[in-house]
Amino acid sequence: MEREETLLDVRNLKTYFFTDDGVVKAVDGMSFTIRKGEVLGLVGESGCGKSVASLSIMQLVEPPGKIVEGEIIFKGEDLLKKTPEQMRKIRGSEIAMIFQEPMTSLNPVYTIGNQIMEAILIHQDLSEEEAKKRTIELLRLVGIPEPERRFNQYPHELSGGMRQRVMIAMAMSCNPDLLISDEATTALDVTIQAQILELMKDLQRKTGMAILFITHDLALVAEMAHSVAVAYTGKIVEYGDVYQIFKKPRHPYTYGLLSSVPSLKTEKTKTPLPAIEGMVPNPYKMPSGCHFNPRCPFATERCRKEMPELAEIEPGHLVRCFHPVAVEKEAVS
Amino acid sequence: MRKLVEVQNLIKYFPVLGGIFSRPVAWVKAVDDVSFHIFEGETFGLVGESGSGKTTAGKTIIRLIEPTKGKIIFDGKDITKLPENQLRPIRREMQIIFQDPYGSLNPRMPIGEIIREPLLVHGIGDKKEQEERVVEIMKLVGLRPEYLRRYPHEFSGGQRQRIGIARAIVLNPKFVVADEPVSALDASIQAQVLNLLLELQQKLALTYLLVAHNLAVVRHVSDRIGVMYLGKIVEVAETKELFSTPLHPYTQALLSAIPIPDPEIKKERILLQGDIPSPINPPSGCRFRTRCRFAKDICAEKEPPLIDVGSGHYVACHFVKEGKVVEYSK
Repeated sequence: MEREETLLDVRNLKTYFFTDDGVVKAVDGMSFTIRKGEVLGLVGESGCGKSVASLSIMQLVEPPGKIVEGEIIFKGEDLLKKTPEQMRKIRGSEIAMIFQEPMTSLNPVYTIGNQIMEAILIHQDLSEEEAKKRTIELLRLVGIPEPERRFNQYPHELSGGMRQRVMIAMAMSCNPDLLISDEATTALDVTIQAQILELMKDLQRKTGMAILFITHDLALVAEMAHSVAVAYTGKIVEYGDVYQIFKKPRHPYTYGLLSSVPSLKTEKTKTPLPAIEGMVPNPYKMPSGCHFNPRCPFATERCRKEMPELAEIEPGHLVRCFHPVAVEKEAVS
Repeated sequence: MRKLVEVQNLIKYFPVLGGIFSRPVAWVKAVDDVSFHIFEGETFGLVGESGSGKTTAGKTIIRLIEPTKGKIIFDGKDITKLPENQLRPIRREMQIIFQDPYGSLNPRMPIGEIIREPLLVHGIGDKKEQEERVVEIMKLVGLRPEYLRRYPHEFSGGQRQRIGIARAIVLNPKFVVADEPVSALDASIQAQVLNLLLELQQKLALTYLLVAHNLAVVRHVSDRIGVMYLGKIVEVAETKELFSTPLHPYTQALLSAIPIPDPEIKKERILLQGDIPSPINPPSGCRFRTRCRFAKDICAEKEPPLIDVGSGHYVACHFVKEGKVVEYSK
C-alpha cells in the first residue's frame, strides 16, 4: 500500500467509556486504513465498537466516552491534534456521515431543501440562489423524483427510503473524500435497501470518494466493500480484501459467523445451523487472553492466557489468532 | 396432510380517526381478503415488507386482534366469532413469540413467574406441579433452572428470547405464531434461536406460523411460504419452489434484492421503483401495479385472483396462467 494513496489511517485507536460501574473499552486498539476511493467494510455485532470507532473519527464521542490513545491520520494529518474549530470544518465537508435512522438526523421543523442548503452555505462560498440550485441538483442526483417540489417538503412527508436519500444528498453536498455510513440501510425494507446500496455504489464510482461502510450484515459487506475489517469486543480480529474474508476466513469468529448465518445458498434447510456457542462477553468482565476464547472451538491454554496480535498471515490478510482456521473454505454457507 | 389452520377471506381494517368526534375518516386496509391454510406440523412462513400486513395477519389468526371479516378455522373449529370464555381453552393451543424480547417481558417479574403465568391463567396443576413444569421447560429451551428467580434485565437478548419461547410452549400448544423471532438479535445469536425453534418443533410436534422479513431466515425454517404485499397474498408455494421459480413480479424483485454473502456472485437486480403505497388508499386492481415493470391496463382495472398453477403453487397475477407460462412482455 503506497503511502500517498492512503486517505485515512487509524492507528491503535482506543476509546474508553468511564462509567460508574467501571471502564468499558469500546474501542481497544483498532487500526485500519482506507485508501482513496476504497470501500472498507467494518463488520461486527452489537458491542464490537464499530460505531464508536466511526464517532471517534468524527470526534463526536460524548462523555463519559473519551479517546484515550491512538492516531487518526486523515490526508497526512492527525485529526486528534485539530482544534474543535478545524474539526468542524472537516466534518460535513471532507468527511460526511450518514446514520441508521434518518428521521432522528433530520430536523422535523425545517424543509429538507433548507437543511441541505444550510450544509452547503456553511461549507461553501455560494449565494443562496446558487445553493438552492445545487440542492435541487443533489436531490436529482440521489434519485428523488420532482426535486423542485420535494425541496419544500418536511421530513415527515417522506418515506424512510426517501429520507435516507436526503441524508445522502446532504452528505454529498460538499463532495466529501470520505463517507462514513453507519448501518445506513438497516432500518429499510429489503427492496428499498437494494435501491440505496445501488445509489451509494453509483455515487462512489462517479465521485471516487472512499466509504467506511459499517454494518452488522455480512452479506452487505460482500456486496459493497473492497476490503473488510471484522471487529469483536473493540478489536479488529480479521482484516483483508473481500475475497480473502469471504472465501478464506481464517479467524474462528469470522468463520463461525459466515457459516451460521442462513443464506440463500444453504443447501440443507430445516437442519441446525452451525451456531457460535455462547454470547459476546460482558464489557465489564472481559475474559483473559483472547476475548473470543470462551466461544471458540479451537481455544487452547495459550488462548486463555495471552491476547494474540493482529498478524499478517498472507499478503494483505491479517488475523488475530494463535490457531487460524486452516481449511480453505470453498464458498462458505 | 391435515390442515390445522385455515384462513378464509380474512379482512382486518383499522380505523383512522379524525374530526372533533373522533370518527373513522378512513380505513387502513392492513389485511384485505387473505386466504391460506397451514398444515399440521409444518412451518408456514409469511414474508413481506413493512406495511404488508404480515404481522396483523399473524395476530388476527390467533385472535389477538379481532378480524373485521372472514373466517378462521383452527383444528376443525370456526373460532372467528367465539366469545372469550369459549375461546380460552383454545388459546392454550395457540401461542405467540414476539419480536422484541425486551418489550414483551414484564421487568418486575422473575422469569420463573413469567414462564409460570400461563399455567396460572389456565389453572393447570397445583403450585408444585407448576414449578416442576417451569424447570422442565427452562431446561428444554436451554435456560439454567437456577436462574428462575432472576429478572429479565439480567439476561441477554438471546436468553430473553428463550424466556419468551418458554412462556409460549409451557402450555404445550399445537400452534405457535413466531413474529420476527430473531430480527432483534445479533447474527451469532440468531442461529442459536433458529436452531432451538427447529428442535422444539421436532420434539413437540409444533406447527409454526413464522412472520418475518428476512427471506434467508424464512427459507431456512419454512416448508411453505406466503408472500404478502399491501394486505394481499400475492404468491404461495413450497419453499424450494418459491425460491427456484418465483412467478409473481413482486416475489421476483424481492428475492433478487436479498444480499448474498459472496463477493463472487454479482446479482442481476430487479430494482423496484418508488415505495410501497399507502394501505389507506391502495392502488386499484393489482396493488403492485404501480411498481411493476410488466404492468398493463388490465392491472389497473381488475384485481388478479390467487390462482393455483399446480402442485400447491398459487399466484395472483394477470400474466401467470395455469401451467406456469409467464406471458410477460414489455
